[in-house]
Amino acid sequence: MGVDQTLGNNVITTTLDKVVNWSRAKSLWPMTFGLACCAIEMMAAGAARFDLDRMGILFRASPRQADLIIIAGTVTKKMLPVIKVVYEQMPEPKYVIAMGACACSGGVFDTYSVVQGIDEALPVDVYVPGCPPRPEGLMFGLQKLQEKIMKEKNSFGASIGVGDRVLEA
Amino acid sequence: MAMTETMTVNMGPQHPSTHGVLQLILELDGEVVRKATPHIGFLHRGVEKLSEYRTYHQTIPLTDRLDYLAPMSNNLAYVLAVEKLLGITEQIPERAKVVRVMLAELTRIKSHLVWLATHALDIGAMTVFLYCFRERERIMDIYEKISGARMTTNYFRVGGLSADLPDGIVEEIRQLIDEMPGHIDTYEGLITGNKIWQKRIMGIGVISAEDAIDVGLSGPALRASGVDWDLRRDDAYSGYEDYDFKVYTSQDCDTWGRYQVRLLEMREACKLIKQAIAKLKPGPVVADLPKVCLPPKQDVVNTIEALIHQFKLISEGFKPEVGEVYQGCENPKGELGFYLVSDGSSHPYRMKIRSPSFVNLQALPQMVVGRMIADVVAIIGTLDIVLGEIDR
Amino acid sequence: MSENAAVGKLKAKFASSVLDVVEFRGETTVTVKKEDVVAICTFLKKEVGYNFLTDLCGVDYLGQTPRFMVVYQLYNIGTKERLRLKVPVEESDATVDTVSGVWSTANWHERECWDLMGISFNNHPDLRRILMAEDWEGHPLRKDYPVQGPGRRPYQGRVS
Repeated sequence: MGVDQTLGNNVITTTLDKVVNWSRAKSLWPMTFGLACCAIEMMAAGAARFDLDRMGILFRASPRQADLIIIAGTVTKKMLPVIKVVYEQMPEPKYVIAMGACACSGGVFDTYSVVQGIDEALPVDVYVPGCPPRPEGLMFGLQKLQEKIMKEKNSFGASIGVGDRVLEA
Repeated sequence: MAMTETMTVNMGPQHPSTHGVLQLILELDGEVVRKATPHIGFLHRGVEKLSEYRTYHQTIPLTDRLDYLAPMSNNLAYVLAVEKLLGITEQIPERAKVVRVMLAELTRIKSHLVWLATHALDIGAMTVFLYCFRERERIMDIYEKISGARMTTNYFRVGGLSADLPDGIVEEIRQLIDEMPGHIDTYEGLITGNKIWQKRIMGIGVISAEDAIDVGLSGPALRASGVDWDLRRDDAYSGYEDYDFKVYTSQDCDTWGRYQVRLLEMREACKLIKQAIAKLKPGPVVADLPKVCLPPKQDVVNTIEALIHQFKLISEGFKPEVGEVYQGCENPKGELGFYLVSDGSSHPYRMKIRSPSFVNLQALPQMVVGRMIADVVAIIGTLDIVLGEIDR
Repeated sequence: MSENAAVGKLKAKFASSVLDVVEFRGETTVTVKKEDVVAICTFLKKEVGYNFLTDLCGVDYLGQTPRFMVVYQLYNIGTKERLRLKVPVEESDATVDTVSGVWSTANWHERECWDLMGISFNNHPDLRRILMAEDWEGHPLRKDYPVQGPGRRPYQGRVS
């Protein structure tokens, strides 16, 4: 069952939605948020062999210019407020990928200072398990995120201020 | 009378050039840094506390994740410490020692490649980053064939190695090492003679030899201040006393000196690997100590003693004597030391990790005073810090 | 062995402070009284040549008195020798004099010891938490601190 779309549900709006979704998915700009060992595999994914640039992915240093945050590495309780501040500075629409076992669920480190999974604080779209996940694993996760974005509804309406995006499960 | 007030700027934990989650509070007078205070602990995972709840074997994967750019060197330092505690250092087979030296030196090249890539990237030379990572991919392919993982290898065991080298890998390493000096020449050709690089590197981050020893610097950072100290030669472990290698120092005491020393170390590591490959002979890779080392899989499924030993070692672990040891190793970043206290049970009573980056970072505040903001980035790069090691 | 030469010199000068000398796996450990630690360290650095403080840490022997031991790993760059110094610290008076005046590398090591073990150092220039957050309560590396942190079910795994 879908929400009643304000703009209607005809072939023009769905094509416009598809165009908006396509442009968002094919040019995801993540923010450099490498915390630990997974950051090195993220850098390797961005280097020459597993080039991320061919997927349209360009790493931006500032959260104001990014629409994806890849939490790569262990999240500690000391770092959590920093992540929240940075996440709030990102403009909508924004997506979160939890890369690595530590970001998904705490990983090997079930200790006093480690947050057991970043989904305690942020809404995660894609989980990429591994310790560290191979660069191909990260690319598969990004592909899954792209598929998820392509399935969104009313993205054109949301972008012009009419209604909200509907993320179908 | 003009009154100048310093401005406090936060170079926060999320920053592309801080090599991880390091926070620097800078007090600036215009562009010149008057005081810098590092804040660490954003990656503190409690490895030392966690090791008290793991057997000695189960701690080996935790050591991989300390200095994640040189995982095999961390494994080696820990495994040597446990072997010293058990008193079995003399019984490690020759092949295991040679493979350990070969892989430790390959790890040194790998770590220095990342140092060069990120240091150059921070200063602005992006091509060096891509070239260095290309060579690094080849080394990671070799790692994957040997140990199963690209980065967190977990390959060494107490008493030797976890498994013998696969066929054909020595040829692959030999090929890579033959090409490596040519690649290092390429990197040097890109930046060493470059006026911009020289202007940004020379005279930055100066620290004298007495100050360096007092603040605890070790590794290439100390050798670039003229102090001739290398644990591979002076406190030899794993058979390093049988190898012929030079230890490079520099009298420059600045970032340029450290740059030169690390490049020369990369070339020397290639020579060490060639010597190790020449020394490699077939033989056992695990010491013959059924109470400590896991038996070979063939025996485990065929004989009852091996099965029982395997069961006891995996479920309970071996129990060393009561005592304490300290083992220091020459990691690519400096002296990595493990201080192990044993109370006779199967897990360490206390494991303290003396990480080189933690101590090297202490030198940062005194190195940046009087320099500009752009130099702060160069100095962080030249100290070659890894936050996984600092925060443990 | 010249390791014993250093211990011999130490015993000659500070006979009343040396509590114990142990040799294990080729390493020498000297236990000294905590009141004389700065004098002993200055002597070892200036007269005997131990100019490099490799490591400084605390060990918690819960159940024994004294409860804590502060361990100093020293290294002589000239003669390439190591020496370990241990200082027993009672739980009721968990303070030691700082050696950051002798080797300035001790500064951060002592901050970490304070942060994780709760042993405070007199006359330290800047004693505050370094690895945990500023407002953290408790000293995590003590043996009576749960590994998963307070507020969670106790560790379910086997501790042998």
